[in-house]
Amino acid sequence: MTTPAFTSGQRPQPYDEMLDAQGQPRTHCRGYADWLARRSTGWLAEKRAEADALFHRVGITFAVYGEDEGTERLIPFDVVPRSMPRSEWTLLEAGLKQRVRALNVFLHDIYHDQDILRAGLIPPEQVLGNSQYRPEMHGIHVPGGTYAHIAGIDIVRDHEGRFRVLEDNLRVPSGVSYMLENRKMMMRLFPDLFTSQAVAPVEHYPDVLLENLKRVAPAGVTDPTVALLTPGAYNSAYFEHAFLAQQMGVELVEGQDLFVRDERLWMRTTRGPQRIDVLYRRLDDDYLDPLAFRVDSTLGVPGLLNAYRAGRVTIANAIGTGVADDKSIYPYVPEMIRFYLGETPLVDNVDTWILRRPDDLAHVLANLPDLVVKEVHGAGGYGMLIGPTSTKAEIAAFRQLIIAHPERYIAQPTLALSTSPTFVESGLAPRHVDLRPFVLSTRDEITVVPGGLTRVALRQGSLVVNSSQGGGTKDTWVVEDAPAPLETLPC
Amino acid sequence: MLSRTADHLFWMGRYLERAEHLARLLDAHHRQSLLPRSAATLVTNWQATLDSLSQSAAYHQAHGAVRPDAAFHFLAFDREHPGSLVSCLQSARENARAVRGTITAETWEALNAAWLEARTLTAHVTADAPMREGNAFLEFVKDRAHLVHGVITATMLRDEAHAFLRLGSYLERADGTVRLLGARWSDETNTADWAVVLRSLSAFEPYRRLYREAVSRDRVTELLLLQDSMPRSVHRALTQVNDYLRSIASGGGGGRGAHAGSETLRRAGELHSQFQYGRYADWAPQLGAEFFGTLARRIEDLGSRIAQDFLVPMSTSVESN
Repeated sequence: MTTPAFTSGQRPQPYDEMLDAQGQPRTHCRGYADWLARRSTGWLAEKRAEADALFHRVGITFAVYGEDEGTERLIPFDVVPRSMPRSEWTLLEAGLKQRVRALNVFLHDIYHDQDILRAGLIPPEQVLGNSQYRPEMHGIHVPGGTYAHIAGIDIVRDHEGRFRVLEDNLRVPSGVSYMLENRKMMMRLFPDLFTSQAVAPVEHYPDVLLENLKRVAPAGVTDPTVALLTPGAYNSAYFEHAFLAQQMGVELVEGQDLFVRDERLWMRTTRGPQRIDVLYRRLDDDYLDPLAFRVDSTLGVPGLLNAYRAGRVTIANAIGTGVADDKSIYPYVPEMIRFYLGETPLVDNVDTWILRRPDDLAHVLANLPDLVVKEVHGAGGYGMLIGPTSTKAEIAAFRQLIIAHPERYIAQPTLALSTSPTFVESGLAPRHVDLRPFVLSTRDEITVVPGGLTRVALRQGSLVVNSSQGGGTKDTWVVEDAPAPLETLPC
Repeated sequence: MLSRTADHLFWMGRYLERAEHLARLLDAHHRQSLLPRSAATLVTNWQATLDSLSQSAAYHQAHGAVRPDAAFHFLAFDREHPGSLVSCLQSARENARAVRGTITAETWEALNAAWLEARTLTAHVTADAPMREGNAFLEFVKDRAHLVHGVITATMLRDEAHAFLRLGSYLERADGTVRLLGARWSDETNTADWAVVLRSLSAFEPYRRLYREAVSRDRVTELLLLQDSMPRSVHRALTQVNDYLRSIASGGGGGRGAHAGSETLRRAGELHSQFQYGRYADWAPQLGAEFFGTLARRIEDLGSRIAQDFLVPMSTSVESN
C-alpha cells in the first residue's frame, strides 16, 4: 500500500463541487452560483419547508429500523443541487460501464469455469468460502449472462478531485426513486432554473428498466409479464418499490401473492392464477425461497429457486450477486477489469488494506486513529469505525474486534470526501457528499442515466451519508461544461 | 389484478366510508345533545348507538357505564379502539398505502393528507382532555371524505380497481344506514330526533323536496330505505353494490371471479330487487329491531361472500392454465 495514511490534523482541504480553491464558482456552475447568491436565506428556508410538506403529503418516507413500527420519516432534502460538467460525467460514465461489465463477467466466471481463481488472482477461499457465494447457482445459465441487471455504484471524490469507487451494490440497490423524485421536486420549486439551462434528464429511468427486464425473459416468451417483489409495506424502501412498480406499470407483489407450480411462477389474481416471467426482486437472496435458503422466511416463495434453475422465470438481480459486491472482494475489482477486459480501470478504487494480510493488519493497527475500518459484510454505515471522529475508548474497543477476527475487516484512509454547498440551519455551508449512479445492464448494452443520487452528510464534518444515519439527498445535475449565463433570471 | 390488491382496495373503500359514517353518527348525537331532553334519554341514545355498531361490549370493558363524553371520545378519538373514527381513517390510509401504485397519486395524496391533518388535530386529545369543538373535527372528516370521493371520481380509471374500491364504499354505506335506522327506530323518537337523523345523512333538503310535509318516522324511513335517487339510502347503495359486483364478475372472461361469484351475484340481486320493487306500506308492519337486525346480517353475509370469492387468496391449484 503506497498511499500513506494522513496523520491527524494534516488532512488536506476537500475538493468542493461548486467552488474552486480560490472560492470562485467553477465554470460549469457559474450561472447557478450567481443565481443562488442573489437568493435570501429566508426564501430558501421557505422553499425547503414547501419541499418537506410536499414530501410528507406524497408519502415519500422511510421506516427506520429500531424505531416504532409504522414510524415514518422523511429523508432530508437539500434544495441546493450538486452539479457536474458533462466532460467529467462522460469519463465517469465510461468507468462505471467498464466496471459493471467486468463484475458481470466475474459473476458468470465464478459460477462456471472459475478462470480467475485458477489464474490465482483472487484466493479461492475468498470467493468460495464467502457466505454470499451460492453453490446452487453453479453451472446455471442466466439469460444473456447478465447477473447484475441493476447496480448502484457508490462514487466519491478525493481531495484532488478524482472520482473513486467506494463500494459496489449489486444485490438490491435502492435510492433511484429519490433521484427521480428529487428532480421532480426541483422542477416544481425552481422551474426558472430548468427553462434557462440544459440539465440532462433522468426521467426515462423506469422505461429503460422495464425494457431491460422484458429483454431478459426466459427464451420463447413473447410478451413477458414482469412483477416487482417487495418485502411489504413496512420495509424501509417500500415507497421506492411501489413507485417503481407504478412507473413501470407492473404488479407490485409480495411473497404471499405468489406460488410455484410445475416449475413456473404464478401470482394469485381476482381472475385466477397469472404467470410471471420476470421477477424484479427487492428482497435479499436469503429470503427468496424458504425451501432453499432461510426456512423461516415468510417473505419469499417456496420452490422459486427450482423454477429459476429450470429457466422458467428470470430473477433480477440474479441469485448470488452478493459475492461480487462484498467488501472483501472489492479490492480485487481493478484486477477483474484487467483480467477479463484487458483494459486499465478508468475509475480507481479507494486504497484499501485487507486485514487478513498480516502486513496490512500491522499497519492498520498502528494507525487506527487516522483510518476508516469497515466490516466486510456490514452495510448502511453500521459496523464501521471512523478513526478521526472516534473517542479513544471507541478505538480501543474496535481494536479488540479487529484482533479477534481480522478477516472480517478492511481499512481505508480517511478520505477528504468532496463537499457541496448545502442549505443548513446556519445558511449555506459546505457538507460532504457522495454519488450513487444507477447502472442498468443487458448483454448488449449498459445504460447509466446522467447523474444519480447525491447523498449528503448534514452534520458538520460528518462523513457518513447513509439515510439511516442522518444523511440527506440532493438533486444531481449534469450540465454543459460552460453553460450560457443565467443573467436573464429575475431575482 | 392481485387478490391482495383487490382486498386492500375494498377495505380502503369500507374504512373511508365507515369513518365518514361515524362522523355523521357522532354529529347526530352532538345535535341531539343541543335539544332539550333528560340526561337519561341521552344515555339511552348512546347505548342504542353502541349496540347498533356492535361496540357495546368493547365500550363497557374500557369505560364501564355509558356517559356521553366518554362514548363520544371512544367512538371518535380512541386510538386503542380499532372501531373509532381515527382508527378507521388510519386503516383506510394503511390500505391505500399498500396499493398506492394502483390508485392515482392524487387519490393517495388526498387521503394521506387527510390522515396527516387528522393526526395533528387529534394529537393531544385524550378521554380526560376532550377536544373543544369536537363537531368541527367531524365536519373536517366529512369534508375530506367528500374530497377523496371526488378525487377518485375525477382521476381513477373505471377499471377493476375502481370497482373494488366503490364496492367496499357502497356495501359499508348500506350497512351504516341500516344500523343507524335500527338504533333510532326503537327509541321513543320524536319529530326533532328524526330531523336530526335526516340532517346527519345530508337528507333534510331532499326530504323537503320529495315530501313537502312535516318530518315523520314513516316518511324518513321510507326515504332512507327505499328511495333510489337518495344517495345515502339503502336502496341506492345496494344498486351500486349490485352494479359494481356485476362489472367485476363480467369483466374477467372466465376465471375464478365469474365462476365462483355466481351465488354471490344472485344474493346481491335478490336483496336489491326487494328494495327495487318493495313498497313501504307492505314493509311498515314488520319494521323494528328484528327487521333491521336481519337486514344488517344479510349485508354482512354479502360482504363475507365477496371476500370469499374475490379477495381471500385461493388455494394454489392452477386450474385452466
